[in-house]
Amino acid sequence: MSKENSILKINNLQTSFFLEGDNEVKAVDGVTFDVPKGKTLGIVGESGSGKSITAMSILKLIGHPGKIKGGEILFNDQNLVESSEKEMRKIRGNRISMIFQEPMTSLNPVYTVGQQISESYSIHQGLSKKESKKKVIEMLKLVGIPSPEKRINQYPFELSGGMRQRVMIAMALACRPELLIADEPTTALDVTIQAQILELIRELQDELGMSVIFITHDLGVVAETCDYVAVMYCGKVVEYADVKTLFKNPRHPYTVGLLNSLPRSDMDQEELIPIKGTVPSPDDMPEGCRFAPRCPFATDLCREKLPNLDDIGDAEQIRCWIYTDEWDGDPEVKVYEPQK
Amino acid sequence: MKQPAEQTAVTEEKVQSPALKNMKDLVKKFKRNKPAVVGFYFIVILLLIAIIVTVLDRMFGVIVTPHHPNDINLIDRFTGPTAEYWFGTDHMGRDIFARIIYGMIYTLGIGFASVIMGALVGVPLGIVAGYYGGRIDNIIMRIVDVLLAFPGILLALAIVSILGGSLVNVTIAVAIYSIPGFARIVRGSTLATKKLEYIDAIRALGASDFRIIFRHILPNVLSPIIVNATLYIATAILTAAGLSFLGMGAQPPLPEWGAMLNDGRSFLRDAGHIALFPGLAILTVVLAFNIFGDGLRDALDPKLKN
Amino acid sequence: MTTYIIRRIFQLIPVLFGVTLFVFLLMHLTPGKPAQIMAGESAPTHVVERMEQRLGLDQPYHIQYVRFVSNIAQLDFGVSMRSNLPIIDEIRPKFWVTLELAIYSTILSIFIGIIAGIVSAVRRHSKSDIIIMLVALFGLSMPNFWLGLMLMQWFAINWGWFPPTGWGTPGQVVLPVITLGTAGAAVIARMTRSSMLEVISQDYIRTARAKGVKERVIIYRHALKNALIPVVTVIGLQFGALLSGTVLTETVFAINGMGRYVIDSIIARDFPAVQATIIIISVLFVFVNLIVDISYRYLNKRIDLD
Repeated sequence: MSKENSILKINNLQTSFFLEGDNEVKAVDGVTFDVPKGKTLGIVGESGSGKSITAMSILKLIGHPGKIKGGEILFNDQNLVESSEKEMRKIRGNRISMIFQEPMTSLNPVYTVGQQISESYSIHQGLSKKESKKKVIEMLKLVGIPSPEKRINQYPFELSGGMRQRVMIAMALACRPELLIADEPTTALDVTIQAQILELIRELQDELGMSVIFITHDLGVVAETCDYVAVMYCGKVVEYADVKTLFKNPRHPYTVGLLNSLPRSDMDQEELIPIKGTVPSPDDMPEGCRFAPRCPFATDLCREKLPNLDDIGDAEQIRCWIYTDEWDGDPEVKVYEPQK
Repeated sequence: MKQPAEQTAVTEEKVQSPALKNMKDLVKKFKRNKPAVVGFYFIVILLLIAIIVTVLDRMFGVIVTPHHPNDINLIDRFTGPTAEYWFGTDHMGRDIFARIIYGMIYTLGIGFASVIMGALVGVPLGIVAGYYGGRIDNIIMRIVDVLLAFPGILLALAIVSILGGSLVNVTIAVAIYSIPGFARIVRGSTLATKKLEYIDAIRALGASDFRIIFRHILPNVLSPIIVNATLYIATAILTAAGLSFLGMGAQPPLPEWGAMLNDGRSFLRDAGHIALFPGLAILTVVLAFNIFGDGLRDALDPKLKN
Repeated sequence: MTTYIIRRIFQLIPVLFGVTLFVFLLMHLTPGKPAQIMAGESAPTHVVERMEQRLGLDQPYHIQYVRFVSNIAQLDFGVSMRSNLPIIDEIRPKFWVTLELAIYSTILSIFIGIIAGIVSAVRRHSKSDIIIMLVALFGLSMPNFWLGLMLMQWFAINWGWFPPTGWGTPGQVVLPVITLGTAGAAVIARMTRSSMLEVISQDYIRTARAKGVKERVIIYRHALKNALIPVVTVIGLQFGALLSGTVLTETVFAINGMGRYVIDSIIARDFPAVQATIIIISVLFVFVNLIVDISYRYLNKRIDLD
């Protein structure tokens, strides 16, 4: 991994939720990954894999009863874990922005679109309402909202889901952030709108030269939009690779499972194979590899000991015993066989 | 282990109502709320005391307090709290402590009786309105609107003004006053329950409306009814006490707490304790019902608890 | 919006019909001839008959009702049995006293309730939250007439800070308004708190945080405006509770308002006066609720159109 060019580098991030009776749920348990400058990193995983919590941790928006327990979040060499709330506020919406899954509920219903976007300018650039108005209109134009002069006076309820998500994007990009975190931005939208929004994010990324973290459970979206991929399972990254490698040569059995359960246009599939079993519940975590109970290749070693996230190749990392010297199963095991 | 025969033979019994699970859940959640549990046991204890002392008095003529609640003792009148008279005596020298103990049955009795009566009318109205909808719903809800148009104690006052002031009439008045609340809440829950898929499933199996209402809707709306009833008892007690305070409720010499407050009114300057203790008694009981009811409501709808 | 307002106004018609019918029937549901009761039990037959003629009580019910309603529409409530004066003239000054009392108390309860609710929500689980919620629970559980008596005993009689009775001077206003406003403040505080907490957990608050908005600005700009919308409904209901609560408060503080007038009229069996007061208070309440509903709808229209 080319470390000098990372805009964001996360090391061993741990975020837990502390429930009643000293019950700790480790939602993010030692996550490590890099976001190369100007590129898009996809974070993939099922719900409950900790991908959204990771995103919220980056902006330190984890509220009670959650807490970042340890690790580093290096944003241009500034460790956000150590940063004060005041320092974080200067970063949020200014240098790192976030858009969310639910455009329907993510806008404040009692303020107009214009008021909500211009707030970013007044917070981070100290602009007055008049000064920011032109910028707001510009921004709305940029995200492809027709007749923005009229739209700025509308309330969220007057807009469709797709339009609201465009407003969210305009709001997030208002201050031209260096990093945009998009947490399943298209999940709640119609398929046709989804494609438009994805296209929009990609265009804006080129135009503004920002880096993007794209959180999704949809590998199809990853293939279309991302340069790098981190696959998460149960609060841990299990595989990190560039997108081509990941799709051509997936290594982790979980990644393979995800790919096999995905309809692909680039090859003939006889059938879609779902991953067996279900995600373990947080209070019943397996001792060894988190994926061992569902893994077709699991051995005693997998069930007993947790593998590390090891570098493999230039810019790839994998958390699986199969690729280590200690592997006690079939040395010739083929994790992935492309279907022809 | 599944037997295929059982899967094909779908009967009404197999379509599980979520109601039973809800009730168990409610009790479990409620038990975690310590103040609410204390409130509950406090009410139970008060109720037991009230019933026991009343039964002992009426059936065996046994008075458990040091003085008889209605014994007039003019020599000792206006005595402040002492070892002999814990809460002092009133303007006729009656023992306020004894009167509060023996008045408890009226306060609790009016509370429970009026809410049960109100529920007996309000719940069927709400279910019928919610279940059948349309014109029936419209008519019932308009009647409810009319009852709701009389704010607070005013409806009860109007009713007492027809029926005349007495303990029974106050109970009836407060009962009528609680009907609209029950009808509205039950109608809402019925509408929500009606939308559940399993109700459709049961209807598809050919169950009659009557059966659906009694076996499936009613158990599902029970939790909100209980919560509402508990909180309503608190209001009922306050309303009834208010009516008695106005002289429209319990008549002398009944040791009803609201009426005792009315007695104490005239002696605030020299014997404030006459008004103090009955008020504290009402406050304590109503507080217990409110804490208990809050706990139930939070258990029922955790969204409201924060 | 306009269609909504028109529809709501049309919905008032059955309610007003029901209210007037109920109040009309008040007199006729009373055991015994109304005229006999009003004239006194010992009044000779010819006096009673003359009274029936004068009041139109000898006419068929439906004619009586139509006349009753058309008179009310012209603000003609008939003549008081006690004073022989037109009731509307008797009520007019009392109406303003009661309205003043209710409005001041509403303002007090909104002011204190909202501030306390916000503090509680913002400092959730802190000492101030616990104390505020405890005080609110007590305020809600207290019979307000008892609170009035206690305030009067200490602040008026014992310490002489305020006059114990009457209405008009600023000093006379303080105790009755606190008495009447306390329960409302408690209800509004609880509602504000839970509404505030619900809003704080909404997605758009997360959006604001992600934008870098200060926590204080989030509370007062982003959350409060949304949180107060449901509180508006509660305020409307509280106004009704306050209107009826004036009956007790006015009795405690000997205030010459409509509340006391209705009690005196009930005791004197002055039915026309009772009817007039109940109708005026109810109609006022119905219209306040109409305004509240419309403003709620207006405030809420941006929120749920889905």
